[in-house]
Amino acid sequence: MAKKEYAFYPGCSSQKGASASNYLTSVNAMCKTLDVKITEIPDWNCCSASIGYAEGGELPRHVLNARNFALAEKHLPGQDIVATCAACWLGARESKERLEHSSVLLQDTQEALKEAGLNIKAIPEVRHMVEVLIEDLGWDALSAPVKNPLQGLKFAGYVGCQTNRPFGITGENFENPMYLDKLIETVGGEAVPYDQKVTCCGGALAFSEPDKAQAQIKDIVESAYDHGAEMIVTPCPLCQANVEIYQGQINKKYGTKFHIPVLYYSQLMTVAYGGSAKEAGLDGQVIKAPKLEAIAGKK
Amino acid sequence: MSANAQMATKYKNSFLKEVEEQVEMGEWVKMCMQCGVCSGSCPTNFHPGWEHPPQEIFMMIRAGKREEVLTSPSMWMCTSCYNCIVRCPRKLPITHIMHGLANYAHRLGVAPKMQPTRHFAKLFWNNCVHTGRVNELKLSMGLYFKDGFSQGIKNGMAMKDVALGLLKAKRLNPFELFGGHKCKDQNGIHAMLKKARELEEKRKALKAAA
Ligand code: SF4
Ligand code: SF4
Ligand code: SF4
Ligand code: SF4
Repeated sequence: MAKKEYAFYPGCSSQKGASASNYLTSVNAMCKTLDVKITEIPDWNCCSASIGYAEGGELPRHVLNARNFALAEKHLPGQDIVATCAACWLGARESKERLEHSSVLLQDTQEALKEAGLNIKAIPEVRHMVEVLIEDLGWDALSAPVKNPLQGLKFAGYVGCQTNRPFGITGENFENPMYLDKLIETVGGEAVPYDQKVTCCGGALAFSEPDKAQAQIKDIVESAYDHGAEMIVTPCPLCQANVEIYQGQINKKYGTKFHIPVLYYSQLMTVAYGGSAKEAGLDGQVIKAPKLEAIAGKK
Repeated sequence: MSANAQMATKYKNSFLKEVEEQVEMGEWVKMCMQCGVCSGSCPTNFHPGWEHPPQEIFMMIRAGKREEVLTSPSMWMCTSCYNCIVRCPRKLPITHIMHGLANYAHRLGVAPKMQPTRHFAKLFWNNCVHTGRVNELKLSMGLYFKDGFSQGIKNGMAMKDVALGLLKAKRLNPFELFGGHKCKDQNGIHAMLKKARELEEKRKALKAAA
């Protein structure tokens, strides 16, 4: 039996052929090594992300999350929900908090859920994968499987917003969270200090107001370069995409020469645990990461 | 009478009361002590285009500037970064109030018409609830074609390199146009959301009538 079991909420962006499919590939490999069993919540739905408020409003947004809670309770009783997407995690946690806080909202939610043949008894805990790693497994368990330490590589840990605010990882400081740096060091890499660690990349505005978001992204990438980073690491699919895929457009606009790989913590861990480039989803980088590929096990 | 005119008449003496009763987390607005920390923390403040930062919006609500607040593009520029929330000395759920105001203005039909984030948000919601899961390709196409067909082609071409990069990395699937990921119980999802919207509207109408 696996050491730990969770009801997994992968989120839309991690599905096959979607923008963060390489995140999921590396999470699967990482969890296998760490003996963590994640079972997809059957028929889970999208949470409508942080932009869902405008058309969705309040109750419909919570009801979307509540459906996932109900499905997890029904099919995977007793298991905490774990999300890999920062926005899914945030949205679901927010809904859990509001529903537990307001009997009126909960009552309305139950009535709406009835239409889908579901109901909620007790809302499961909602965790981010990073919390599971740090709190349930612990730093020793995370460093034990390291076979190929990422020695000599310099990373800028880009925490961004939503794993950090408003909830954050327990024990962390909003202005300078350390968990991502510690994850980098646990697998043998060097975490460079830099000043845009928690700057917002513009989130959904990267789609609707590209100029504004790209100005933010430029600041983040520039600061990573200035402090000697060779790669950027993130815990969030939208941060990853925003910081990686617009570098070409930013170069055109600002005359910069950005070409820095942007990876997930789970990709670093998979490589350090002896996984292949494929298992780490490195083939999914728009900007390739040759220095990591060189360390990855050949398979 | 339009929904907007109805509400304006009902709450003619107090926009603050209207916000408290009709806007998500609106009851918090009166707690603001105008310190300005939220405005200084807001990333949209660092770049031009942000008309009124949160602190100003809250002051305008209290001053009864209904029209100016509801038609402002400011709320639509919120990136949901939660900087303001964690720093506010009065613990106002600022992000949610901004979202709530945007939603309220949108429902009343007075939010700025071609505001790009308003447009995107609507596309996103419809895309996501249609099958229960977001179809990223249809979402981007919908966004590019906002200003008509020829502008859509231009927008698409401008994003060509980004799209090709994703395609090569197998992170964009052209076949999503013909289906893509979906939930099994779509009917259940649609019925449950319809009910939720009804219930929400009923509660708000009750408050307005009281
Ligand atoms: S936050 Fe994004 S990835 Fe997560 S479920 Fe919502 S839309 Fe999908
Ligand atoms: S950094 Fe950007 S994508 Fe990441 S959580 Fe913040 S707004 Fe979202
Ligand atoms: S930080 Fe809080 S108290 Fe200060 S102006 Fe903003 S909302 Fe008001
Ligand atoms: S959450 Fe919105 S209002 Fe608050 S600081 Fe961020 S962008 Fe500004």
